Amino acid sequence: MQGDQERQKLFARRTAMLVGGKLVLISMLAGRMYYLQVVKGEQYKMLADENRISLRLLAPPRGRIVDRFGVPIADNKQNYRVMLVSEDTRGLGVDGALDLLNEIVPMTPGERRRVRKEIRRNRSFVPVTLRENLDWEDVARIEVNAPDLPGVMIDEGQSRYYPYGSHLAHVLGYVSAVNEQEKTGDRLLELPGFRTGKSGIEKVHDLSLRGSGGSSEVEVNAYGRVIRELNRREGLPGAEIRLTVDLGLQMSVSERIAQEKSASAVVMDVHSGDILAMVSHPSYDPNGFNRGLGVDEWNALVSDPLAPLSNKVTAGRYSPGSTFKMLVALTALERGVISPRAKIFCEGYVELGDGKFHCWRKEGHGMMDCADAIAQSCDVYFYEIARRVGIDRIAEMARRFGLGEPTGIDLPGEKGGLVPDKAWKRRARGASWHQGETLVAGIGQGYLLTTPLQMLVMTARLVNGGLAVTPQLTKSVSTTGVHAPSPSLEFPTIGIAPRHLAVVRDAMAKAVDSAHGTAHASAIADPALAMGGKTGTVQVRRITRAEREAGVKKNSELPWKERDHALFVGYAPVYQPQYAVAVVVEHGGSGSKVAAPIARDILLTAQTRGSGRDEPLALPTTADVGTIAGGDRPTAADEVAALVNERLRDEGADQ
Amino acid sequence: MIARDDALNPPSFTLRQKLWQVHWLFILLLIATAGVGFAMLYSAAGGSIDPWASRQMVRFGVGMAVLIAVALIDIRLWLKYAYVFYMATLALLVGVEFVGIEGKGAQRWLDLGYFGLQPSELMKIALVLALARHFHGTSIDDVRRVRYLLVPFLLVAAPAALVLRQPDLGTALMLIITGAAIFFAAGVRLWKFVLVGGAALAAMPVAWQFLRDYQKQRVLTFLNPENDPLGAGYHIIQSKIAFGSGGVVGKGFMQGTQSHLNFLPEMQTDFIFTMLAEEFGLAGSLALLGLYVIILIYGVAISLRCRTQFGRLVGVGITATFFLYVFINMAMVMGLVPVVGVPLPLISYGGTAMMTLLFGFGLLMGAWVHRDVVVGRRGLSEDL
Repeated sequence: MQGDQERQKLFARRTAMLVGGKLVLISMLAGRMYYLQVVKGEQYKMLADENRISLRLLAPPRGRIVDRFGVPIADNKQNYRVMLVSEDTRGLGVDGALDLLNEIVPMTPGERRRVRKEIRRNRSFVPVTLRENLDWEDVARIEVNAPDLPGVMIDEGQSRYYPYGSHLAHVLGYVSAVNEQEKTGDRLLELPGFRTGKSGIEKVHDLSLRGSGGSSEVEVNAYGRVIRELNRREGLPGAEIRLTVDLGLQMSVSERIAQEKSASAVVMDVHSGDILAMVSHPSYDPNGFNRGLGVDEWNALVSDPLAPLSNKVTAGRYSPGSTFKMLVALTALERGVISPRAKIFCEGYVELGDGKFHCWRKEGHGMMDCADAIAQSCDVYFYEIARRVGIDRIAEMARRFGLGEPTGIDLPGEKGGLVPDKAWKRRARGASWHQGETLVAGIGQGYLLTTPLQMLVMTARLVNGGLAVTPQLTKSVSTTGVHAPSPSLEFPTIGIAPRHLAVVRDAMAKAVDSAHGTAHASAIADPALAMGGKTGTVQVRRITRAEREAGVKKNSELPWKERDHALFVGYAPVYQPQYAVAVVVEHGGSGSKVAAPIARDILLTAQTRGSGRDEPLALPTTADVGTIAGGDRPTAADEVAALVNERLRDEGADQ
Repeated sequence: MIARDDALNPPSFTLRQKLWQVHWLFILLLIATAGVGFAMLYSAAGGSIDPWASRQMVRFGVGMAVLIAVALIDIRLWLKYAYVFYMATLALLVGVEFVGIEGKGAQRWLDLGYFGLQPSELMKIALVLALARHFHGTSIDDVRRVRYLLVPFLLVAAPAALVLRQPDLGTALMLIITGAAIFFAAGVRLWKFVLVGGAALAAMPVAWQFLRDYQKQRVLTFLNPENDPLGAGYHIIQSKIAFGSGGVVGKGFMQGTQSHLNFLPEMQTDFIFTMLAEEFGLAGSLALLGLYVIILIYGVAISLRCRTQFGRLVGVGITATFFLYVFINMAMVMGLVPVVGVPLPLISYGGTAMMTLLFGFGLLMGAWVHRDVVVGRRGLSEDL
C-alpha cells in the first residue's frame, strides 16, 4: 500500500491548501461584516431610518372668522373625501379604479378629466382627491368594497364651511384648491385638499388663517403603509380673525337688498371706520368654490350680466349724482363764494353759452339757500356755485373726502373711482376743460366715478366732525382665541370749518326731516333714531333734446338696463351721528323712492341692534317679554333709546 | 471497539456498534445551527412558529433521520453504486428538461406529487460520489495522466451543462467548483487548474452570450446596484442597509426594522443571514460564521482521518459543497457576489437544500463511521 500512503500524504497536503483557501475566503467574509457593520454601520443605520421613518405634514386647521360679537361666520367642518393613489391601483389602472368607483360615487366626464390631470401632475404615490364632502352612506359603501378597490382610500379632513353662505360671500370671499402659481415651495401647499383664500377676507388674511403645518414622524413599511407614529409635532392652527361686521345687521341688510335685482349697501361706524355690514347683490355661495365648481356652475357665475362674483361695494363704479352735492356746497362755503344763507333762484334751468342745463324739477325750485338746495336737491343752485368755484377746487375737496382713490379697506380688488379736474382731462383726454363740464360735475355727473364705499367714507367724514376716517373690516387677529379690545383709532382732521360741516349735515337732516325734502317719505318717526341723508338719481344715458321735448319718459317705461341708478347716502342718529350708510340700487330708478327706504330700514336696524358696540346689546327675546305679563317694563325700542342716550352722555363727558 | 490497525479484514459492524461510532458532537453542532435557523424563522414570521419555523423543524427532523440512515449504510455500498446513482440523477436532470416545472423563471423541478424534486440538488451529492469513486480507483500516477482525467471531466461537465441550461448559474458553479476541489484533493497537477482556469476566464465573453437576460441583469446589478435602486438593485441595496444597520450588537431579536417592515426581500430564504446580522449585529454574524467554520473543520478532520481515498474524497466534496453554500450566500447578501439564489445552509427556509446537505453530511458521517474499513477499488465484493 505504498501508493496509498503517498496518496494520503498528497491528499493531506492538498486538503490543507484547500482549507487554507477557504479560511482566506472566510476571513474575507468576516472583513466584509466588519466593514458593513462597524465601518459603515452608522451610515447604514441612517439609511435604515430614512427607509422606515417618513415625515408627514399635518395640515393645521384654518383659522375661524367671527363677526364683531364672536359669532363664527367661517368655520371648519368634518369632511370625508375619497382619494386615489395611482400606484396602488395595481392591474386595474386609474381608469379601472374610477370605473369601479363610479358605481358608488358617480363622476362626470369633467371630473374624471380633472382627476386624470391631477394624477399626471403628481407623483404616483401622492393621493389625489376624487370627491369631497361624502355623506356617511357613501363612506360606508366604499369601506365595505375596499378590497375590490385597490388604491382607493377614505380620508378624513376638515373643510371650510360658511354657515351664512351667500349673505357674506363678498366680505369673506372663498377658499379653493391651490393654484400652480401660488406654490412657493411651502410643503403645506402641496398637501392634497389644502385650500387657500382666493378673495375677500380669506385672501387678505390667508397667511394668518393658514397657520403653520405640524409634522408626524411615522414608521412605514416598504409599501408605504404606516405602522405606527414615532413622534408628533403639532402645527399652529390658523389665527382667528374677528371682523367689524355685525352678523345680525349683515343678514338684515342682505335680506332687504335681495328685494332688488342688483344692488349694494354698506354700513359703517363713522368714528371707528368699522364696516358693520357690506352687501352686494346678487351674490354666490362661497361653499361651492370649496367643493369645486363644475364648469357649468362657473360659466353661469361668470357670464351673469348682474356680476354676482363682483363686490359692487368696492368695485362698482357709479356717478355719485346728487350725493356729491354736499361736497360742492362745502367747496363753495369754504372758498367763500357763497354764504350759507345766500339764495340763488332756480327757474328750472340755466343757460351757459348755447347750452341749457336743466334742473330735475322742470318748473324750478324758486329761491334756494344752501340747506334747501341740498334738502330738495336743486340742480340749478349747484350749477351756479360749481361754476363760481371751478372744477379744480371741487376736485381738491372731493379728494379730501376720500374720492378718486381706493379707501384702503382690507379687501382685494378695490377700485379707485375717478375725480376729474383740468389737469386730468388734459392728460387723459388731451383736451381742455369746458365750463359746461364743471356744471355737470356740480350735480355729481359727467366724468365723476365713485364706489359705494367711497360714498360711505365721504358721508362718514361729513358727519363725524371732518375726521379722515377709513373703513376697516378686520377688528382683531388672535392666535389664542381671545381677542384683545381693539385700540380706538385717532383719525386726522381733513381741515373743514366745523360750521360749514354743520350746515351740510343739517341740510342732510332736512332732506329727510322737512316736508319738501327728497327723502321725507323715508323719515324715521322716533326722533332719537332719526336719520339724515341725501338721495341721488343717476342717469345712465344721455337724455337728448328731442327726447326732452317729447317729454321725458318715466323710468319704468325704459328697459331695465337704461333706467337710472338709485342712490342714497345717510347717517343716524342726526343729533350725534354714529352710523353711515350708502345704498346703490342699479337701475333702480329714483333715489328717494327706492334707495332711501332701504337706507332707512338699515339705519333703523343698526341702531336698534346697537351694531357698532363692542358687546352685543342684550335684547330681551319675545319669550322674556312674555314672562312679564302686562308689566310696565320698557319696550325694546325704549331700552335701545335709553342705551343710546347713555352712550351719548358718556361720549359727551369725554369731550 | 474497532482497533485502528485492524485493516486487513474488518468484521462487519453491528448496527449498535455503528450507532456508537456516529460523531454525536458533530450532530449537536448541526442541531445548534438549525436552532439558530428556527429562531430566525420565528422572527421572520413576526414572532410566530408558523408558517416557517414549524415546517422547517419537521424537515430538519426528517433530514436528521436521513443523515443517520445514510451514515449507517456501509460505505462500500455507496462506492459500489456511486455510478448508478450518478447516472440515475443525470437521467433525472435530462428528464427535467422535458417535464420540469417552472420555478423562478427556470426549469428545475420534477413534480412527484407530494413534493417537488430538484435533480440539480441531488446531483451535488451524486457528483461527489462519482468523482470520489473514480479517483478512489486511480493510482497516484494515473491521476497525473490527462487520459485519466477525461472521465471525471465529463462527469462534471455533463451535469454542469444541463444545469446551466435550466438556467441555474449558482448550482452549475457549485458543481464545477466542488468537482475542482475533488480533482485538487485527488492530486491533479496544479498547472492543469491554472490552464483550465485561464481558459475559463478567456471563455467568459463567450459564456456571457449564453446567459439569460435576467442573469445578465443580476451580474450587471451586482457590479453597480445603485444604477437601478428601485428595480433589480433594490434587493442588494436594501440587504446591505439592513446588514450594516445592525451595527456591533444588532437591533435585538425580532427588532430588525428592515426585515420586519418588508424592506428586506426574501428574508426567510436567501436573505435570512441579513436578518440575523440586522438583529444580532457583528457579534451574531461572526458567531454564526464561527459555527460554520467549526463544522467545516470537523468535515476536514473527518476526511483526513479516513483510511480510504473514497471516504477522504467524499469528505472533501461534501465539505466543499457546504462551504460553497455558506460562502456564496453570505457573500451574496453582503454584496460581494451577484445574487444567484443560494440558500444559507441549515438556516434558510426550504427543504431541498436542507435535504441535500443532511444527505451529504450523512455520507460524511458514514465516512467517519467506516473510517477504518478497507475498501477495494470497485467497492465491496472484489477486494474482500
